Formats: sequence, structure tokens, C-alpha cells
Amino acid sequence: MGSEADTGIESPDGAANPIDTEYEIGQDNIQAEIGPFGLDVHNPVFLISGLAIVAFVFLTLAFQESVGPMFNDLRGWLTSSLDWFFLSAANVFVVLCLFLIVSPLGRVRLGGADATPDYSYAGWFAMLFAAGMGIGLMFYGVSEPISHFTSSMGGIAVGEDGLRTDWAPLGAAAGDADAAFDLGMAATIFHWGLHPWAIYATVALALALFSFNKGLPLTIRSIFYPIFGERVWGWTGHLIDILAVFATLFGLATSLGFGAEQANAGLDYLFGISVSDTSKVFLIVGITGVALISVLAGLDAGVKRLSEINMILAALLLLFVVLVGPTMEIITGFFSSLLSYAQYLPALSNPVGREDANFSQGWTSFYWAWWISWSPFVGMFIARVSRGRTVREFITCVLIIPSLVCVLWMTAFGGTAVHMVTEGVTAIAEAGLPIKLFTMLDQLPLQAITSFIGIVLVIVFFVTSSDSGSLVIDTITAGGKVDAPVPQRVFWCTFEGLVAIALLLGGGLGSLQAMAVSTGFPFAIVLLMACYSIIQGLRTEPKAVGANSEATVSKD
Amino acid sequence: MYQKMLVPVDLAHVEKLDKAIKTAVDLAKHYKAEISLLGVGTNTPSSVAHTPKEFEQKLQAFAEDLASKHGVSTKAVVHISHDPAVDLSKELVAKADELGADVIVMASHVPGIADHIFASHGGYVASHSDLSVFLVR
Repeated sequence: MGSEADTGIESPDGAANPIDTEYEIGQDNIQAEIGPFGLDVHNPVFLISGLAIVAFVFLTLAFQESVGPMFNDLRGWLTSSLDWFFLSAANVFVVLCLFLIVSPLGRVRLGGADATPDYSYAGWFAMLFAAGMGIGLMFYGVSEPISHFTSSMGGIAVGEDGLRTDWAPLGAAAGDADAAFDLGMAATIFHWGLHPWAIYATVALALALFSFNKGLPLTIRSIFYPIFGERVWGWTGHLIDILAVFATLFGLATSLGFGAEQANAGLDYLFGISVSDTSKVFLIVGITGVALISVLAGLDAGVKRLSEINMILAALLLLFVVLVGPTMEIITGFFSSLLSYAQYLPALSNPVGREDANFSQGWTSFYWAWWISWSPFVGMFIARVSRGRTVREFITCVLIIPSLVCVLWMTAFGGTAVHMVTEGVTAIAEAGLPIKLFTMLDQLPLQAITSFIGIVLVIVFFVTSSDSGSLVIDTITAGGKVDAPVPQRVFWCTFEGLVAIALLLGGGLGSLQAMAVSTGFPFAIVLLMACYSIIQGLRTEPKAVGANSEATVSKD
Repeated sequence: MYQKMLVPVDLAHVEKLDKAIKTAVDLAKHYKAEISLLGVGTNTPSSVAHTPKEFEQKLQAFAEDLASKHGVSTKAVVHISHDPAVDLSKELVAKADELGADVIVMASHVPGIADHIFASHGGYVASHSDLSVFLVR
């Protein structure tokens, strides 16, 4: 801790305006001894979320014929009928975040006016990516720009019913390679840029504010104190927390299951390791095993260190592609893609009157629901490591910089791959999603080394997600306590691996993933309310300009 | 023989500390040692305190109370941990060295089966610190 004086005493954290509540953290917790292990869990939340997860797994396995399509239909219905809602909600989050950067409210410091940051920029930043979207960048960095480019090139196709059957964004760009490239990059960046990070930033900011400044427990329900008051400690709050645990665990378990399939395909392509249930189960067990070691090593020695290693590896890979690939093309591409993004942003984010239903519902709306369903997990993890930053610093580092990194990543990997495809390397376009990255790296020198780094990155990103996810679920189910006994984290981490294996072998990964994405709908409502809470919360905070500054203490 | 005694305290479970505190006070009186009460808190709100500052105040009050009750000299030392469930033992050992303590007196429980898998704090400190460690069971 950098803030410790010689006396070993934490320096006072200056002005803040805590919420006065009768609730005592841990008051609803059960502290018990199960066999030789100690336990400290929130009374209804732990048990109900655990049982609900087991019940859903059993239901899905037992009634695959009926339950599977039901979840898929639910997800499909939500993202297509309520596309306007998802698109509008995401726009609100972006506007709120951009507003907070310029508004005087941005001067509020998380943790009190004199709080100092817990983590260095490098460590903080590494953890943002590791939990947030590292794994997605590995899989979609090459494939998504190619998809949008190809569909844009294909132009508009109209079916017999008069509806568009093509998947191109907006008005497509039939036959015009340059325009299709720009549109494709803009659409990709749209899905990985400001909007997803604004979703994460909103949840994270709300949690950090209500926990560090207002003194409420670090759990999702605390965000709703300004709206529900003391009722958040009752069933209203239980429900919000249970839903968060549910979405997080199923989100993690299903992506671990699919991730194992994808990693298996990658290993098959690289080393000829056969694609089979045995290898997949082996991969899940391996990933969960490493995640367990990391969980047992704690936040600093485990997930933080792994995240830093991953950030260095990812940076090396990015640098390699930029230097060895078409360097000038990538550098100019970075700016031109940014420009196309800005140019197409209003049209792409328009929630109503869209003619590209396949794109806006099948891609955008689906993505927004997906990011939103991940937001309790990622947001809570980001919140936990963000104490001591001002709101302005926080938004800049959680919204602007990650978006720019995504633009660079997509330009370097996706842009380069699209150019390769137009130059006749069809193998990349034809390859399956999991191995697109590797087929692209094949075109560059030293592919044995870079592909190996690629597969290591994929696996370690899964480990960091699984690890940080266990931390988050454990904290929520312990009623906001971050010092609950370690066996509880071990339980959640193992549980996640077991659910993934059960769904992988029994079928149902897809349907439960659809279920997890569907939770994006209730959470979108929850997040919209959080926007109100954030403004309310920030307005009652004293503002600071720098660490240890004389804060302007409000006298209320 | 001892000048500076380190006594880790868990403010959430003060009732379990009675015996350890009594032992520490007796030793401190005997050797005229100063007691440093070490509290490990978190940045996130906990059942003990909403902020690190409140945690510090509570520990300070606890230390002053002890000093006036038993006539020993005490000092409150706060350490804020990122992940106390895992890092606590390690941080206790490091903190003891940093403070220049010469003996650690701490409460621990009778070892059970679980301690073979997840080491108890007392057990860890006793086997990893260079200092004399008095585990009160």
C-alpha cells in the first residue's frame, strides 16, 4: 500500500458522504462449520442461487427437446422484438459516461477525496481486459471484420417476403471493396468499442461509488439503495443478487464449455490433438485447475499476475503483427477505421427505423444483451480494483482507452486479415471461427511461435475469467464480504467447471448460453436505474482534484 | 527480553481474542514491552467498518481501551489488504518484520483436518516468521 505512512497507518481518506443505513454487512450471513471447513455465506442468496443453477442444469439435461428451443426462442425473441430497447439502453450508457468525463461530477474520487489508487495503471488496465473481453478479442478479432466485409461486399439481398436476407450492416456496399472495408471495420469497432465498455463502466462505477464512497457492501444490490432504500436488504435485493450470480455462473460455464471446443479446434490445427469429448473435458479440467491455483494464490499473486502476463503476451503479439504485417497499412488503417467508426456511429446506433434487421438484431442487439449479461461480473471486478481513481480517470481508463485498444487490435488483426482475403488468401475466410486467428498468423513469418502465443493467450484468458468470476460470485454470495473463507471460492470455481462439463457432455451449452444472454434484458432495466443512482450518488459527493488535495467538503 | 510485541487482532471476532489478549498483556507487563495491535482491514466495506478510516478509528479505540484497562503501552497498526482471505498470513509475517517486533502473540485454533489443506493463520505465521511466536489456543 503506497499510502501507508511510517506509522503503518493508512492515511485518512478525506471527505466522502456515506449513506447512513441500519444494515450491518454480514448481518444476514450464516457462519457455519461444514465438516472441517468454515463457511460464511449470505443466507438466502448463496443457497437459492446454488440450487437454481443445479435445477436449471438438470432441467436442461432432462428435457433437452423442449427446454433447449424454449431458451433459444426466448433469447431470439428478446433480441429481435426488443432490439430498440437494447440499442437505446446502450446509447444511454455511452452518453452518461461521456457526460461524466466533462461534467464537474467527474472530479469525485472513488473512495473519498484523499483516497489513493490501489493498483498501478498497468496492473489495473491488465485486469480490465483480462476480465472484460480478452477472450473475445482472440476469437473475433480476425473473424468479425471478415464477416462484415464479406456481407457488405455482397450487397443488399431481398427475400420473397420483401425482407432483407443479407447480414450486411446499414445499406451495405455492394462491390465497392474500399467502402465495404470501411463499413466492416466501423461495424466491428461499434460492437467492441464505446458501447460495451460503457456498459461495463456504468455497472463498475455504480458499484465502486456505492461501496467505496457510500459504505454499502460490495454487491449488486447496493446500487439500488437510492431507488429502493432499506428494501434492498430484503427480497428485492436478494433477487437482484441471485440474478447476478445466475447470469455470471451460466455465462462463465457456457463460455468455458464453448471455449474448450474452440481451444480444442485450435490445438487440433496446431498440434493435431484430436477433437473429442475427452480432450475437451481435459481442457476444462486443466483450465479450472489452473484457475483454482490462481484462486488460492489470491487477487494480487493470482489473477493480477496472470492478467499482467497476458497483457504483455497480447502486446507482443499485437506488436509483432503490426511490425511484420503491413505496418503502414495498419497505422493508416487505425486512423481511417476510427474515422469510419465516427462517421457510421450515428446510423449504427440508431435504435428505430432500421432496415438492416439481420445485422441490427442478429449482431448488435445480440451483442448488447451479451455484454449486459456479463456486466454484473465484469463490472464488479472492475469496481473492486478501481478504488482511489477519480470518476474522470475511471471513465477515461475504462471507456476511452480500452475502446482505442480495441480499434488498434481490430485494425491489426481484422484489417490485415481482410486485406489478405481480398488478395486471395481464401483459407482465412473459409476457416472455422476458432482457427481463423491461426490461419491468419500462418500468413506471417514465425507462425509456430506466434500461434503458440495465441493458444496460450486463449487459455490464460479463460483462466483469468474463471478466477475473477469465482471471486465475484463468492463476494456476492457472501453478502459483500471480500474476506469470506477461501474454500467458498474453490467451491464456485469447481462448480463452474462441473457445470461446463455436464453441459458439454449432456448437450445444452447453447440453450443455457441463450438463457444467460436473456438475463441481459432484466439487467438492462437494472442498469438504466443504475444511471439514475450514479447521478444521485455523485451529486452528494464532495469533489477532489488530486490525491491528498484539500477537498471541497460539502456541509450536508 | 522482549520490547515490541505484535498482536494481530480480528475486530470482527473480538470475543475470541480474550485469552490471547490476556496472555499478551501479562507478557507485556512482565517484560515492559509495548503492544502493537495489528488490524488487517479491507478497502471495501466490511462488517467492522465502512471505510479504512473508520477501521483505523475502531482499532485506535480498541488499543486505547486496552492501554487504560491494563496499564500497558499500546499502539494501533492498520494494514489494508487487497485479499485478506488469502494474503492475511503472509502479510502478518511481513508486517511483523517491518515494524521491528520481536515477538508475536496471536490467537489460533486447535489444528483440525482442514488445516492440512488450508493452513491456519497461526500455523503459517509460526512456521514462516523468524520471530518467536506464541500461539494461544
